[in-house]
Amino acid sequence: MPGAYLPVLIYAALVMAFPAVTLILAKLIRPDSTSYGAKLKPYECGIAPEGHARGRYSVRFYIIAMLFVVFDVETMFLIPWAILYRGWVMAHLGLFALVSMFVFLGILLIGYVWLYKKGALEWA
Amino acid sequence: MQGLTQATLEFVNQYWAPLVCGLAIVAVLPLIVGYVVLVERKLMADMQARLGPMRVGPHGLLQPIADAVKLLIKEDIIPDDADKLVFWLAPVLSVGAALLAMAGLAIGPAFQIAKDINIGILFVVGVSALGIFGIVLGGWASNSHYSLMGALRSSAQLVSYETAAGMALVCGLLFAGTLNMTSIVQAQHEQGMWFGLLAPVAFFVYLVASIAETNRAPFDLPEAESELVAGYMTEFSGFRWSLYFLAEYTNMIVVASVATTLFLGGWLRPFPRTHWLDFIDFLPPLLLVAIGVYCLMRTPKQPARVQQLFMLAVAGLCFTVAVVLAAPVLLRTPFVNPLLASAAKPFYEGIHGGFWFIFKVSAYLYFFMWLRFTIPRYRFDQLMRLGWHFLIPLSIINVLLIGIAMIAGSYLHLEGGWLLLATIPASIIALIVALFILAMEQKSERQQAGGAAPDPYA
Repeated sequence: MPGAYLPVLIYAALVMAFPAVTLILAKLIRPDSTSYGAKLKPYECGIAPEGHARGRYSVRFYIIAMLFVVFDVETMFLIPWAILYRGWVMAHLGLFALVSMFVFLGILLIGYVWLYKKGALEWA
Repeated sequence: MQGLTQATLEFVNQYWAPLVCGLAIVAVLPLIVGYVVLVERKLMADMQARLGPMRVGPHGLLQPIADAVKLLIKEDIIPDDADKLVFWLAPVLSVGAALLAMAGLAIGPAFQIAKDINIGILFVVGVSALGIFGIVLGGWASNSHYSLMGALRSSAQLVSYETAAGMALVCGLLFAGTLNMTSIVQAQHEQGMWFGLLAPVAFFVYLVASIAETNRAPFDLPEAESELVAGYMTEFSGFRWSLYFLAEYTNMIVVASVATTLFLGGWLRPFPRTHWLDFIDFLPPLLLVAIGVYCLMRTPKQPARVQQLFMLAVAGLCFTVAVVLAAPVLLRTPFVNPLLASAAKPFYEGIHGGFWFIFKVSAYLYFFMWLRFTIPRYRFDQLMRLGWHFLIPLSIINVLLIGIAMIAGSYLHLEGGWLLLATIPASIIALIVALFILAMEQKSERQQAGGAAPDPYA
């Protein structure tokens, strides 16, 4: 039913118009910037900034991102299952549905325990 | 030519409701957010025994408008080394995602932009999660160490708590059996029980995760001013900054609305199925009348003319809202012609549904603010540990326990409120598991500290 998404599309156009209109309005209203020199440098507590900011950063952020993909995909698999679960329970197929989902989740939990033991979930 | 007019008319006829709702949200929401900020500042002042903003207008009531004007005319600074295009785009993306997520929310049975979307809650969660791109791109484009650190922290925090929040939503969806917002509330009406009562542990997990996802204190590490100046917003000024601010508060409203819809019964009043409690319908107008009368009584005691007028205005506003809320309820009483009563039904549902929905969302936001003024900020490793070591395993086990409780309920033929007999033991087991995890965490922390007793001054 793609027709149901037409209101969303209209609303999305409205939403995108809002920041555009306000930013242009602000540009028309405010006085022109006359700043130069150090004022246009990135803020670093008042002294001249040291080096370029886009350098290397901690590898932990990458690990968290990878773990997120695994666990979020798992949630994505859970949602359709959760929608249908009630019907299965009504038809007394609930135990089968629960066990089959938790075989999948169990494999994931083993991975989780391994990560825990390896210390991948530790930050410090 | 006539065909074109016909098509236009048909289009308007079919889509006027989403258009009007959308325009209303886009036009009014910035104002609402401004006043939420004012309420927050007033609450903070009250909890810290101060007065808060008092200068602009009576009791500082015009402060949000003054702030908006100030932000509009403020000098706009884009750093020299910044990536200009991304710098321009990032706040727009952030606020766009936050506002777009409002499309799926069902504020009362009548007021919803995308009514027929069958993936309602998934749409809201998915679109609001897009806002993280705005934060990361903004932090990267500023080319400042503080901004980049803030953006990285924010994304790490968001992805860590997204999983726990998703699992908590799954617990609620197990009872609902649908993703459509309207159907979720109807399911709670049919079962006569809020899902938050059936799955309190899931509600708790969602509460904590939603605070972390909206970067609010005590989890406001990305904007921790004592270490990162203002996090990803450091280099933004003027209206760009206020777009980020708008996005943040809109996100708060969105998560509060999702929690209200799934766990707190949406637009339903408390105990919607118990008919001897129908007098609850009269409570909101009566409460407003009481507040209005109190204001009237206090009016002669105000020292200045302006304050007297202000009290009168507040009283008048209370009476007006009370009349609006009371009219559909009075039409429902048995003395009224049933034909008129059935005609009043949509008004009743629209007005009272909207009232209860906004009331619940406000209570949720009040809780957010209360936490912010009460609890000190977490350290970043504590935050990550809370997410990965505590909330994620707890929410996975909670899904299992609720699944078992539902099977037990179906075998014992427990319906509606009686399902609590199965879910309360499940919640108690989940609570024991939570305490067990916490004890294990504490033990491992003590081992890391070299087996020494924890130093209270560390």
